[in-house]
This record gives sequence, structure tokens and C-alpha cells, in this order.
Amino acid sequence: MEPHLSINPVSDIEALFSYPFMVNALEAGTIVAVMAAMVGWLMVVRRESFAGHTLSLMSFPGAALAALVGWPLVSGYYVFCVGGALAIAVGGEGGALSGGHSAGDRRARGRRERTQESAATGAVQAGALALGFVFLSLYGGVLEDLETLMFGSFLGIDSAQVLTLGVVALVVLAGLALAGRPLLLASVDETVARARGVPVQALSVAFLVMLGLAVAATAQITGALLVFALLVAPAASAQQLTARIGLGLALSVALAVAVTWVGLGLSYFTNLPVGFLITTLAFLVYLAARVRGRAA
Amino acid sequence: MGGADPAESAQWAVEMSDAAVRLGGSEIWSGVDFQAREGELVAVLGPNGAGKSTLLHVLLGLLAPSKGSVRVLGGAPGAHNEQIGYLPQRRVFDETTRVRGVDLVRMGLDGSRWGVPLPAVGPWASRARAARARVQEAIGQVGAEEYARRPIGECSGGEQQRLLIAQALVRRPRMLILDEPLDGLDIPNQVAVTALVQRICREQGVAVLLVAHDVNPLLPYLDRILYLAGGKALAGTPEQVITGETLSALYGTPIEVLRTADGRMVVVGHPEGHHAHGPRHVLG
Repeated sequence: MEPHLSINPVSDIEALFSYPFMVNALEAGTIVAVMAAMVGWLMVVRRESFAGHTLSLMSFPGAALAALVGWPLVSGYYVFCVGGALAIAVGGEGGALSGGHSAGDRRARGRRERTQESAATGAVQAGALALGFVFLSLYGGVLEDLETLMFGSFLGIDSAQVLTLGVVALVVLAGLALAGRPLLLASVDETVARARGVPVQALSVAFLVMLGLAVAATAQITGALLVFALLVAPAASAQQLTARIGLGLALSVALAVAVTWVGLGLSYFTNLPVGFLITTLAFLVYLAARVRGRAA
Repeated sequence: MGGADPAESAQWAVEMSDAAVRLGGSEIWSGVDFQAREGELVAVLGPNGAGKSTLLHVLLGLLAPSKGSVRVLGGAPGAHNEQIGYLPQRRVFDETTRVRGVDLVRMGLDGSRWGVPLPAVGPWASRARAARARVQEAIGQVGAEEYARRPIGECSGGEQQRLLIAQALVRRPRMLILDEPLDGLDIPNQVAVTALVQRICREQGVAVLLVAHDVNPLLPYLDRILYLAGGKALAGTPEQVITGETLSALYGTPIEVLRTADGRMVVVGHPEGHHAHGPRHVLG
């Protein structure tokens, strides 16, 4: 039953929905796309793309550890992505605490904090990859489905996994709904947020954890190496197209869902890896948005 | 913690007596005695590193004084922050900041609240409309209607500064605390922002405490001045403080105060006033 793309789009879509694994994949993909697009939008506003990228690589040591101790691979994703988020938060904080207070110092502090956070992020990334390698050699075997781990797959997503993804997404989206406004204020204008009593530091840690959860979830569809596509491209495209907050978020979600659906559909009919298709589509959308943003 | 008792909301916006502050083990200033009434326009002046911004942080309750007492709007510092509009030292938004001016002003209104904004339908419609109207009003007060819907990063320095003042104003504060609001603005914008601040102070009875580098553009409008230099403070009305002797003693360098034909004072020889003689041409 080799799938064929026919001339008739209705029958093509019917074909897509006739297999339970495909329905699961579409459900999981939609959940992941919505979450990644929202969290990604804030990540781009906060200029924490490097942290997002680092967290996306955490799936590798996560999966290696899970294989070593015999857990399901996915649980390793969550452990390492959330742990990595906390490590980045702790490492980045050092700069904030050592900051000076005179006017000149304060100007330098923003730079120092960012430098400190990106250095800490880089260290976490290198350390995690090294750990992953150690786990893998201790495990001694070959990670099953290494390619799936890296580049994603929509095969074999069962309904339990969809349910887990749904719960994770609910937690993350509820967190965003609760903390969204103070988080945005702290991202755009930290000094004012502090003066208003917004717990800037705590929110920054909380956001990294949400980012970690979103990454761990997204990696199950796109694969570890290509998480970033879904996290950053729709959000960055939306920001190119509009400076409105609500519209930007909506656009980011719409683009991510569209890219995921089309990617999954094309993957079904072409047998090309879904991670590749989603990434390529997301990149094309971003290119188009850049061109349009320039022209406007 | 000071309560919200209106009778307590005396006439003093700021009362500091024998206040001192330490940062990282060293004393920044000490022995500061200073009062400002509600509705007054006050400048905090002094050379770089004198602790001007630190003073604002103390007033906002972000930093505790090491000695003495400080009261703000009749309560402990920080107790009435919701009645204070704060403009931190100039932040420049570059073109990668994709947030509109109007959204930034809105953040001043309810940006620190938890939860999602209420939808503008049904029972919440009138509240949502009132919030929007308040944002528009604040934008109108600073004359920023024309560019408020552009991404903030695409606005000029002067435009950004006006929008940020609108953000500080949007909650109808009793007091504005402005940290170097004129810094980095060109002369026309310095004049315009000064006039705007003065108008808000006079028309709405808002106390304004602003940190400035150069006293001259502000001098005609000031009710009170607080000079910080060398760990000490000097406070009073412009007539009391702005004299050649007091400023020379404070800075330890000769400073002259001249009077123009129309009776205005000009400070010459200001230690960090290398630009006090002529206009600063800094692009905003």
C-alpha cells in the first residue's frame, strides 16, 4: 500500500486520515506546533535563541541516558531538557549577582549579563553533549533509531504519547497564560519590570523550564537537530510580519501548524523525513517573511 | 509599611533625613536631608558616579538606605510604587525590538499583572475600552499619536523617550521619577521634553523628581534642587543652591553663576558641564 499523491486533494486527505498512526501524528504535530510557536515567540523577543538551540540538543544525552538505564527515550528528553534549562538559568545568574551599580557599571551590566548567559549556555551545551557521548559508550550498544532521534519521525507515535504531549502542552500554555504579561514586560523592559515588583529572576528561570519542556515535546516530532526550526522560524517570521503582540502570537501559531501539517502530509506521500520537510518549509516561510518585511 | 490611608498622603512627596546608602561595602552618600512637596519639580544633579540613580533606587525601595529615614508619598519606599511612574535611565530600543509604542505604553498600565488580558467582549468590554482610552490619553499627553503604532525600534530617540514618558504616565501617578530623561536627546527634543515634563507637573499636580546632567535647560522650571557630589548632598531652592560659592565648595572647582538680562541664571564651569557652555549635539 504505497501511498500516492493523486490529482484529487480530497481523496489525498482522506487517505491521510485513514491510518490511525497518521491521525496520531497530526494530533501530536498540532499540539507541538502550537506550543513551540508560542514559547518560540517569547524566546525570540527575549533573545534567548541560543538557549533554545542548546536545549534542543539535550535530547541526545537524554536519549542516551534513557537507553543506558532502560527508561523510555522520551523520559530522557524531558529530564535533560528541564535539567539543562535549570543549568543555563543558574549559570547565567552569576553575572546578574556580580553586577555593579553606578551608572556606567549598569550600562555595562546588561552586556555582561548577556555575555555571561551565553557563555554559560555554551558550557552547558558542550557538557551535555559530552555526557551524551559517555552514556552512549557506557551503554555499549547502538541507539536504536538514531536517525529518528536526530531527524524525527511521525511513525510510531501512539495515543499515550499524544496524551503526554497534550498534558505537557497544557502545563506550558497555562504557565504562559498566567505569567505572559509580566514575562513580556520583563523581556522588553527589565528595569521597569523590577521597579513594578515583577519577580524578574524567577520568571526567567520559569521561562527556561517552559522552553525546555516545549523543546523536549517538539523533539519527538522533528527530531533533536531540527527542533529549532519549529521553535524559531514561525516566531521570527511572525515578528517580521507584524509588531502587534496578539497578532504576532496568532500568526506564529498559524504558521507553525500549517508548516507541520503540510510537512507531515508531504512526508506521508513522499517518504522524505518529516523533520527535513518541516524545517525546509519553515525556512521558506521565514525567507518569504524577511523579503516581505524588507519591502514593507 | 505605610497604609493607603488618604489622610496620611501628606504634602510631602519625599522626605529624607540623615539618609545614607552603601553599595558593595562603600558609602555612596550620607547625611542627605531633603524634602520635596507634592506637585513640585525637583532636579537631582551631580557628577557621574555621585549616586544620583542610586538615590532613585532608594526612593523606589529597590535599595534600602544604610542609615537615616526615607519616606516616599507618606510611606516606606516601595510601599506606594503603584502611584509612581518610573522612567529608568535611557533605554534605546533598536530595530530588532518588534513591539509597538502603544503596546509599550499599555505595559505601563497592566503589564505587571498576572493572567491573560480580559477579552474586550461582554461584561469586560467597558473595562477593556477604558484601558485602551487611558493608553490613548497618555499617548496624547506626550504628543506621540503619530508614531505610537510603529514598532518602537523604528522610532527616533526623542520619539522613544516620549513614548516611555507616556508609559510612566499611564497610571496617573502622583509622582514621576525620571532618570536622565534628557540624556542622548538633541537640543530641540531636550527643550520639548523639558516643557512636557513641566506641563505635566503644573497641570496635573504630579511631583516630578528628575536626574539631570545639565542644570541650565531646567533651571527656569525647578522648585527644588538636590545636588550630590563627593558623598555629600546639598538641597534647597535654586536661589539657595545655585550660587557660585555653594557650587564651587561642593565641586571643589571654581563655578560661576551668571544672570541673564531677563533674570535667568546660568551655571558656568560645571565640572561635568563640558557641554554646559554650548548645546550638545547628540543625535537622539
